[in-house]
Amino acid sequence: MTSQPIDEPIRVVDRRPVEWLPYLLSLPALLVCIGILIPFVTALYYSALRFRLNLPALKGFIWFGNYINLLYDAEFWNTVSISLRYTALTVGVELVFGLIIALLLQRQTRLNNLISVLLLLPLMTAPAIASLMWKLMTNPNFGILSYLVSLAGVSDFGWASSPSTALFTVVLVDVWVYTPFMMVLLLAGLRSLPQQPFEAAALDGVPRLFVFFRITLPMLSPYIITASLFRLLDAIQQFDIVYAMTQGGPGNTLLVFQVRAYLEFYQYTNVGKSAALLVVLWMITYVLSHFFIKNWLRLRERSHASA
Amino acid sequence: MTDRIKALFDAYAAGRVSRRDLMRGAAHLGVTAATANVLLGSSLVEAMAADYDWQAQKGTAIKLLLNKHPYADAMIADIENFKKLTGIDVSYDVFPEDVYFDKVTAALSSKSDQYDAFMTGAYMTWTYGPAGWVVDLNEYIKDPKKTNPSFAWDDVLPGLRASTAWNGVPGGELGSADAKQWCIPWGYELNNLAYNRTMFDKAKVSVPKNLGELKETAAKLTKDLGGPYGIGVRGSRSWATIHPGFLSGYANFGEKDLTVNGGKLKAAMNSTGSKAFHQQWVDMIRESGPKNWSTYTWYQVGADLGAGASAMIFDADILGYFENGGDNKEKGNLGYAPFAANPAAKAPTPNVWIWSLAMSSFSKKKDAAWKFMQWATSLEHDLFGARKMDFVNPVRASVWKDSEFRDRIAKSYPGYLEQHDVSAPGAKIYFTAQPLFFDVTTQWAETLQKMVAKEVQVSEGLDQLAASIDKQLREAGLG
Repeated sequence: MTSQPIDEPIRVVDRRPVEWLPYLLSLPALLVCIGILIPFVTALYYSALRFRLNLPALKGFIWFGNYINLLYDAEFWNTVSISLRYTALTVGVELVFGLIIALLLQRQTRLNNLISVLLLLPLMTAPAIASLMWKLMTNPNFGILSYLVSLAGVSDFGWASSPSTALFTVVLVDVWVYTPFMMVLLLAGLRSLPQQPFEAAALDGVPRLFVFFRITLPMLSPYIITASLFRLLDAIQQFDIVYAMTQGGPGNTLLVFQVRAYLEFYQYTNVGKSAALLVVLWMITYVLSHFFIKNWLRLRERSHASA
Repeated sequence: MTDRIKALFDAYAAGRVSRRDLMRGAAHLGVTAATANVLLGSSLVEAMAADYDWQAQKGTAIKLLLNKHPYADAMIADIENFKKLTGIDVSYDVFPEDVYFDKVTAALSSKSDQYDAFMTGAYMTWTYGPAGWVVDLNEYIKDPKKTNPSFAWDDVLPGLRASTAWNGVPGGELGSADAKQWCIPWGYELNNLAYNRTMFDKAKVSVPKNLGELKETAAKLTKDLGGPYGIGVRGSRSWATIHPGFLSGYANFGEKDLTVNGGKLKAAMNSTGSKAFHQQWVDMIRESGPKNWSTYTWYQVGADLGAGASAMIFDADILGYFENGGDNKEKGNLGYAPFAANPAAKAPTPNVWIWSLAMSSFSKKKDAAWKFMQWATSLEHDLFGARKMDFVNPVRASVWKDSEFRDRIAKSYPGYLEQHDVSAPGAKIYFTAQPLFFDVTTQWAETLQKMVAKEVQVSEGLDQLAASIDKQLREAGLG
């Protein structure tokens, strides 16, 4: 009979069943993540190629060549400029209008509830269809808006067909479609704000403007940032309204990122350049959303601290 | 009685009985017009089947990608005869033109075998051919085992056959001996004038004969009519703005899009003659074109003419054809005229647009697809479309000689045949065949828009355009 030395480590066999459930539950998320990453990595790969479908002999790696070409291309900087201006204008105007409408509808009455439902109708219209409707309304021969503008003494307003008014026109359509989106989010925010500060201010007889700027707006900031972020991500990737109304014209007036990338691929079959444009758009979107989310987190922390 | 009726229609299909005798005989036997159409289709099908094995792919199913167009409508109206003739089942997707070519590009670039054959234009094959997306149809046309002996390829107008064949060499001549036949012509458009006769009478103007007169006439019409504008031409930021009236007029002055020298391409839009033409064109649009010209596609150009919003158009002749019928306000008021923009030119030079049928390289049922393409471009179907439907302009010379077709057009569309016959000899594709066609023409349209909007002077704009095109050609190894 042999005895086991005392100092030998005791092997402990873990006979508990393997916990597969957490892995199983996260599997769908992993699959979605892979589903997102595959096209993204493919786009990065294509952006490193000189690749036109109709000139297959030219295909080859040029690494950052497409990006460098973009940097030296005045048309590219025009695209950056118009995309950012479009985004700033649409998000800014929609935020102001959305906030005003939300404030007007803040009190829950039957009429306000009805109006808030009716105001959602534009949001239910596909942007491409909305663009066609506006194209008809701004037609100089029979468009109702052209007629109304002519009553005000402006006979040759160009709408989407003139470089000086094209941006205004597409922003107008975007505002018509998406202001209700802002309104809904901000209205939900307004109605969920705690009432005590407002009641205290009312008891103290604080002027309404002061209440708005010092109480309502700071408390609503997380909602404003969230709503603006959603709209910003959508607006900088604008395609349907601009393409349906102008195809990027007149001239290159409205050649925003998505329209340009679309034309590069579908009309010119320039896969490499199209992919590079979309990767640059992704970078810009990433930087802007990072900035917004950082501020949103800061404001949320501040509001938690003050609570 | 039934046998006698069938024998009569079979005799007509075989060419033994004239149309007049057919109609007289059918009336004598008490056949209604609707029944006559069915019997005629059936007899033509049987006549086609006489000396070729149409049933070799019986039981196969093919799928087509179609643009929403009267040509496609005529084909769909007759498709049961094809199914009966071949035993091949046919399904199809139809898309509006705004998105049609994007759909084609998406389907072909993904190497999908979803579609076996599809509608295309000749310019598109300059992309599809080099990319390897479409089949060189010479493999079929020149193979007697695969092609019906009565297909009569030579009956298709020679200019159209040449315009749809290219050797793939940038700048290579269309229809050269080594060219590949990328598609089969199906129907085509010439670019000439269509005008509102009532408005012309009211303004007391005659049909303009050259670009200078066109500009003056359009200005007078705009001024005198007090509502409608003088001239409708396309203006959207697209290749489609360049190819109709614009290029037809441009080519009439002997001007080129590109020059080919030692196999290298070079932009030619900034020549002195080109600048003079552009200046007149831009001035004409500013003075007498639609107010929102930069959004105008073929649809708006045609719709305005039919609705009486414009007095004339310099665009596809079939636009004037369609706007002269249907429920259009100006139905019956439109006239047609051939147009040579250059006062020194001997004849018009319309740039031609050819709706064609192409076969996908990724099709797994190529023989069945070829059967369909033969049938759809056959004399029998062309005749059916020309006589019974709105299949204008038919691509076969023999159809243009068909008295029933000519009588119908002459009666309902006075002047249409004359404008066609005068301008057809000078009709061809006036673009240089090369893979950057869409890059060049889209940027050209963009520059035109800038000129009309006074964002850039004509001369400066064309110099910038030519420099940009040359840069792109060099980058693509073509310049």
